[in-house]
Amino acid sequence: MTATVSAPEATPARPRLSMAKPGTRQHLLSIANLGADGIAEVLRLTDMFVEIAERPIPRVPALRGKTVVSLFFEESTRTRLSFEMAAKRLSADTMSFSVSTSAVKKGESLRDTVETIEAMGIDAIVVRHSAAGVPWQVANWTEGASVINAGDGWHEHPTQALLDCYTIRQQRGSLDGLRIAIVGDIRHSRVARSDVLAFTALGAEVTLVAPPTLLPPTLETWPVTVSHQLDAVLPGCDVVYLLRLQRERMQEALLPSLREYTATYGLTRQRAGLLSDQALIMHPGPVNRGVEIAAEVADRFNSVITRQVRNGVAVRMAVLYLLLGSGVDLGA
Amino acid sequence: MARDEVLIRGGTVVDAHGRRRADVLVAGGLITAVGPDLAAAGHTTLDAEGCIVTPGLVDLHTHLREPGREEAETIETGARAAALGGYTAVVAMPNTDPPIDSAAVVRQVLTLGATAPCEVAVAGAITRQRKGELLAPMAEMAELGVRLFTDDGTGVQDARLMRRAMEYASALGVTLAQHCEDASLAAGGQMHEGEWSSRLGLPGVPAEAEELMVMRDLALSRLTGASIHFLHLSTAGSLALVREAKATGARVTAEVAPHHFTLSDADVAGYDTVFKVNPPLRSGADRRAVKQALADGTVDAIATDHAPHAQEDKEQPFDQAPPGMLGLETALALALTELDLPIEKILALLSWQPAAIAGLGGRHGGPVAPGAPANLAVIDPAATWVVDAAQLASRSRNCPYDGRKLTGRVRHTLLRGEPVVIDGEAQR
Repeated sequence: MTATVSAPEATPARPRLSMAKPGTRQHLLSIANLGADGIAEVLRLTDMFVEIAERPIPRVPALRGKTVVSLFFEESTRTRLSFEMAAKRLSADTMSFSVSTSAVKKGESLRDTVETIEAMGIDAIVVRHSAAGVPWQVANWTEGASVINAGDGWHEHPTQALLDCYTIRQQRGSLDGLRIAIVGDIRHSRVARSDVLAFTALGAEVTLVAPPTLLPPTLETWPVTVSHQLDAVLPGCDVVYLLRLQRERMQEALLPSLREYTATYGLTRQRAGLLSDQALIMHPGPVNRGVEIAAEVADRFNSVITRQVRNGVAVRMAVLYLLLGSGVDLGA
Repeated sequence: MARDEVLIRGGTVVDAHGRRRADVLVAGGLITAVGPDLAAAGHTTLDAEGCIVTPGLVDLHTHLREPGREEAETIETGARAAALGGYTAVVAMPNTDPPIDSAAVVRQVLTLGATAPCEVAVAGAITRQRKGELLAPMAEMAELGVRLFTDDGTGVQDARLMRRAMEYASALGVTLAQHCEDASLAAGGQMHEGEWSSRLGLPGVPAEAEELMVMRDLALSRLTGASIHFLHLSTAGSLALVREAKATGARVTAEVAPHHFTLSDADVAGYDTVFKVNPPLRSGADRRAVKQALADGTVDAIATDHAPHAQEDKEQPFDQAPPGMLGLETALALALTELDLPIEKILALLSWQPAAIAGLGGRHGGPVAPGAPANLAVIDPAATWVVDAAQLASRSRNCPYDGRKLTGRVRHTLLRGEPVVIDGEAQR
């Protein structure tokens, strides 16, 4: 069983994500559990699934007979659809469970819900929850199913980080030595936490750019540099990664106004001019056009935001295949 | 020969007056003789070979959950857990439902506690409904023997109200105890704010949320001349403030909980809600500061903050699960295992010093001498055991030490002369 500790320092012997062996189960809970080798393995397989996606019938029988459940306690369109499409393209059966249609609203505990679903005989649970740590709890409460973290609170979103790595690699060949700026609400961002772990594992230099109120309280052990001056960071960037700004942050006295945020940390058209011609512009979506990024910048040709979404399916196919794979030849 | 006579044979007596090899004879609820080789014929004899015979332990901070949350704990099950942990008295915290904020609820708890296998003393609320708005009838509760008042679970946020409470209490000869937490700074926090909360993506409670209220209450104690007891201090900064205040003669006492010298915020890494507690598990540096403050006398008592929660309440997402962990059955062993202190010092922190703070001196906390009430614990300091949460006497299972090997175990506990625990088994 995979260790369930998120921090890299806490897992000296990193359990590697690899082809499932009979009688064992593997989870994808955190990028920290994967390490550089695990990430590389996912990216290598993703190449194969990207190729499959371009076939006339983009479907392989690799997971025929397997059942994948998406268990989403928080609204999500793209991540849930992306996982479901990935599972279908691998010929797995899929079930979808969302909070509005479930017994959870009738007072059933999280554990009861999870145990009920597992009792149906399923192979993987894809979990999204607004509370950090829920995928760890689900893994502890189940016995047979693999658990995939599709986003837990502010904590992690490993498949987003994997598809981000894949997208960057696709454009630039490698992440090694790239200078990547992650801009915006790092404090509340599961994408940022997973991306920092993944980008730095692959050799990138990461700079976090945000007002102090939107940074995690302690960054001493993070392998990053911090800046509050976006204008100073942009000229040297190979990749600028913008995070979505939630509008309720104003109510928590973290920001005075959206306008001030856009003026100091938004990628306006003028500010985008500071970027080199090769610099990539990324965003996990959904985009707040006009807040963290100007509409015309989001649509610029070196913005790879829609490519991120497309790669998401192939990356999730690779993850499902690695966790559940029956060893069926992908060419079949 | 009295039918209820009990001889504790072969042990070493340790109390506030020191240590000596002695048998202890008990009858009619009192200690009748202390000395070597007391006659054994016809008595109930409890073996204490290799053991320490000590005044029973006193817990300043127990959540018994009754009335209101009997599915988590009752006065009876909590008192049994206490007896198994070597306690002969516990102070029941007032955050029940209804809260202990009136003579009627005090009477209810005292009545239920009268037949329990451990003496149940009561802490009353400082404010009505623990809402921090209006004073609770402290005199009426003090009349029934309440000696400690607190809104534990939350701190009294309003400085003027706390000042008035201190002034009012000082005429009653009672002590106010504060759960130090600035609610606005701590709002939404799920664990200690720091390296681990940053990594785990959980909102944090900064150490300063506790320290601000420690500072304020030390100032209010100076202003009013009233004494103040600080509950479950958890940060190096709080302990430094208390150390400094004591050096200048402030009327302050302080307790710490076993989990704050045993565990740290790194234990939250697996998101097991059994490690969610308030004040939260702090950094490794804070944990070392707690141990230091126990060693140098800054801290007066180890108190469990025993906080039972039903399984279904704890099996929720981390941010929804209630804070709190069990403590009564493991506190002594954790102190003996984790603290590098002489056993006399550990027992002072667990028995006679808290007995004095709770106003229970005279009945609890010794000395072990003829004529004194026979509230005693017999401890095997060398026995090792493995904690099995499923075997605990508490009705709840939220014990963070499951599977942990500990040194030091309670063999016998005597309440008013009656052996309520014999060889680690509860007798009722």
